Amino acid sequence: MSDFLPKQFFQFDPLSLFFLFVIFIVSLPSAIYSFSYLKGEYSPAKIRLSWFLLTIFVFSMALVVSVNNALVFLVFWEIMSLASYFLVVFDTDHEKSIQAGMIYIVMTHIGTAFLIAALMLMYKHANSFDFSAIKSACQVMPGKTKNIIFLLLLAGFGTKAGIVPLHIWLPYAHPQAPSHISSIMSGVMIKTALYGIIRFVIYILGVQAYWWGILLLILAGITCLVGIIYALMVRDIKRLLAYSSVENIGIILLGIGMAMLFQSINMPYLAVFSLIAGLYHLVNHAIFKGLLFLGAGSVYKACGTRDMEKLGGLIKNMPQTAVCFLIGAMAISALPPFNGFVSEWLILQAFFLGAVNATGGIKVFLVICAAVLALTSGLAAACFVKAFGITFLALPRSRYAEEAREVPLMMRMSMFFLSLLVIVFGLACVKIIKILVQVAGSVMSVDISSMHFSLNNFVLSPQSGKNIYFSTPLLGLMLLVLGLAGFVVYRLFGKNKAVIYKTWDCGYYKIGPRNEYTATAFSKPFRIAFGFFLLPYRKTQKIRESFYHVKSFVYETHTTPVFKLYIYEPLLELVFKVAKSVRRMQLGSIHLYLGYIFITIVLLIVFIQKF
Amino acid sequence: MLIILQLILFIVAAPFLSGLISKVKNNIRMRKGQSVLQPYYNLAKLFLKREVVSETASWIFKATPFVVLAAMLVAAVLIPVFILRSPLNHAGDFLALIFIFSLGRFFLVLSALDTGSSFGGMGGSREMFISSLLEPALCMAVFAVSLQFGSTDILAFSGMHAISVSSVVAALTLFLVAIAETSRIPVDNQETHLELTMIHEAMVLEYSGRSLALIELSSHIKQMILFFLIAQIIFPIGLPACLVGGSFCTSFMQIFLWVLWYLLRIIIIAIAVALVEISVAKMRLFRAADFLGLAFVLGVIASVCAILGV
Repeated sequence: MSDFLPKQFFQFDPLSLFFLFVIFIVSLPSAIYSFSYLKGEYSPAKIRLSWFLLTIFVFSMALVVSVNNALVFLVFWEIMSLASYFLVVFDTDHEKSIQAGMIYIVMTHIGTAFLIAALMLMYKHANSFDFSAIKSACQVMPGKTKNIIFLLLLAGFGTKAGIVPLHIWLPYAHPQAPSHISSIMSGVMIKTALYGIIRFVIYILGVQAYWWGILLLILAGITCLVGIIYALMVRDIKRLLAYSSVENIGIILLGIGMAMLFQSINMPYLAVFSLIAGLYHLVNHAIFKGLLFLGAGSVYKACGTRDMEKLGGLIKNMPQTAVCFLIGAMAISALPPFNGFVSEWLILQAFFLGAVNATGGIKVFLVICAAVLALTSGLAAACFVKAFGITFLALPRSRYAEEAREVPLMMRMSMFFLSLLVIVFGLACVKIIKILVQVAGSVMSVDISSMHFSLNNFVLSPQSGKNIYFSTPLLGLMLLVLGLAGFVVYRLFGKNKAVIYKTWDCGYYKIGPRNEYTATAFSKPFRIAFGFFLLPYRKTQKIRESFYHVKSFVYETHTTPVFKLYIYEPLLELVFKVAKSVRRMQLGSIHLYLGYIFITIVLLIVFIQKF
Repeated sequence: MLIILQLILFIVAAPFLSGLISKVKNNIRMRKGQSVLQPYYNLAKLFLKREVVSETASWIFKATPFVVLAAMLVAAVLIPVFILRSPLNHAGDFLALIFIFSLGRFFLVLSALDTGSSFGGMGGSREMFISSLLEPALCMAVFAVSLQFGSTDILAFSGMHAISVSSVVAALTLFLVAIAETSRIPVDNQETHLELTMIHEAMVLEYSGRSLALIELSSHIKQMILFFLIAQIIFPIGLPACLVGGSFCTSFMQIFLWVLWYLLRIIIIAIAVALVEISVAKMRLFRAADFLGLAFVLGVIASVCAILGV
């Protein structure tokens, strides 16, 4: 009990520094963005409040990843959750915000409850909240306790990270916050949960059984697919981005889960490699998701709506925002030579190397995981083609979109900065991997001196032996040169005098925005193909003037929110039922309550004596 | 030098394959059919024609032909045809190839949405649907081939000298992938311009003139790359001794024979595709999901076989 409150709270090991970097690289442009974004949307008093909350939010995140004491960790974790709650409900005049905030705060506290349980169990064995003390205590901990702690940590951090089926709050809360907050929440806050998993499970607890990794990989695979399928279905652009965050958390967890798996089957090099892949995707996702949320915020600022069916044609009025959003969309779709491509390639490569070097059924399992990742990246490309194409291309679908103007310079600067980072993190991948090797090596305590990465020659370890060649600068250069060559050939045939004419309308009448393909239509094939999971249904209603004359026709398609309907609503009903039956104890007599207190104390004394 | 030769080979020979497939199809249907060289005539004609650009279109529409062409040419440079290891195919491996293909597709679909035509949207939506379900199958085929070699290095193809169960199944997977990717029956039909059935053609409907020529050329090149990959798996053949070192062959006759042999294998695959095309009916769009599911299952089987070492 002596070091209950130690003097030294902080530690800045490579993992903490890495996360600090991620936090500030996204928070900084988001904060600059908010100068212009908030102006005109809210009253001056409210803007001051938002700055106050933002500062608390960012600093609590920074402290979460840099403390070395479990108790202090929990305190800052809670401050972070509360600050973000107040930011989610920032638009207090919206009914939706209040509801989203409610779901968020309930879910996040359920998560925290799991965390408290896990950390208490750790404390019980270590008699200290200090990370290093817990770490040494965990080495002699019985296996069963370790398993329980792992599951508790997974549930606790999983809620914050948005692992399916605990993701339920994320698509409500993230879009509802002001855009720069969405960008920080999606880009960074959910990453602190991944920090928790890496710090507590891999670093402190130590991976014990190989089913930990398998479990995490299965959950991650489900998270990827569910996230991206829902993202394809929605038409609110910020909601789409929030669901896509669920997907990307899945992808990062594929890397982390693999690292755990490889560590438990004693393949340290591959474990380090997988963790590098996971961390690389983590920082990449922070950057491009931050960028995309800022882009979506600009669209919202300019048009006043987030509904893609009312947007369109913005590339003409907002060309710079469009380019930034396009870069973000390409990066998240893992297109070369941007950063998402590098990290998804790394994760696929890790799966492949695992399938080559592991033994037995794990090989087949890893191959299937790789297929899941491939499907996810295919669907993500479809999703972001939809997001960019419907929002920015073709004709504006409403007056708001028609009258949109480019956003102020301050907002564009933030987006340019993040776009630049997307490109830098794509092209300078070798440099970044070299840094990540240090981080991953220190977490896993593996000697990393023999892992070798040069510009286009990845040599992983003595085990795998064979070189793999991969170089984004070269790839980018080739794309550029060959594209230019194509352009030169194109021009060799003389200057192109293109005729500007109407889009082909089958010769009927001039086509307008009403003829365009919509976001809902674009995702229709997916709605049908994944119908077994989405359970789409439609509502049709004829509005009649008289029996003979139908005046108008209402047609709606919906998908069934499976998780809400089959998991959360029955759960909620159960809670209410239990609460009602508990109410019978509450008779209002003070004597009875004193009796309850007495019984509780007796039980507690017995409990302490017994355990 | 050889890399440039390889690039030129792909550009020059790729349209021939499309012509050949169409010729074979027509002959089997007891028609005379167009000349094998028709795709060249088409390209020449399109290159000389004036372009019509939709007034709705933005710069995406104008940039797409070059992006698509560049992506396909990069893919053509990456795969080892004449030379085992050139500095340029250090740029990426097999897995990178999957993403390079998806770069071209991404822009093609964006350009389809750009004109605001509902044909474009429809084609783009369906293309994305098919290709995203195709991605796991392609990934599995790549894994199966690479697992035998032990690395995803692009050399995995040239490293193989024996046919195994796994490579046959992987080749079959790639064959299905190639059919879907090159928009052929039963997934799509290149010959039709019926509004409700076309996929790829609907997407490029607004293109004309030189831009269309570039896009068609890219499609031909993509087709040739896929056929080449299949041929390389199912007719594995090492490189001639003089090429392995990356040095020039002294006798040009040898290189000529080599090119001939390479093309012959690809032609066999092309004829097989033509035979498939005339012997099955086009599927409804949503049946295509089953087709792609089959491709995926085959890919998994190929990978499992590769793991088992058969």
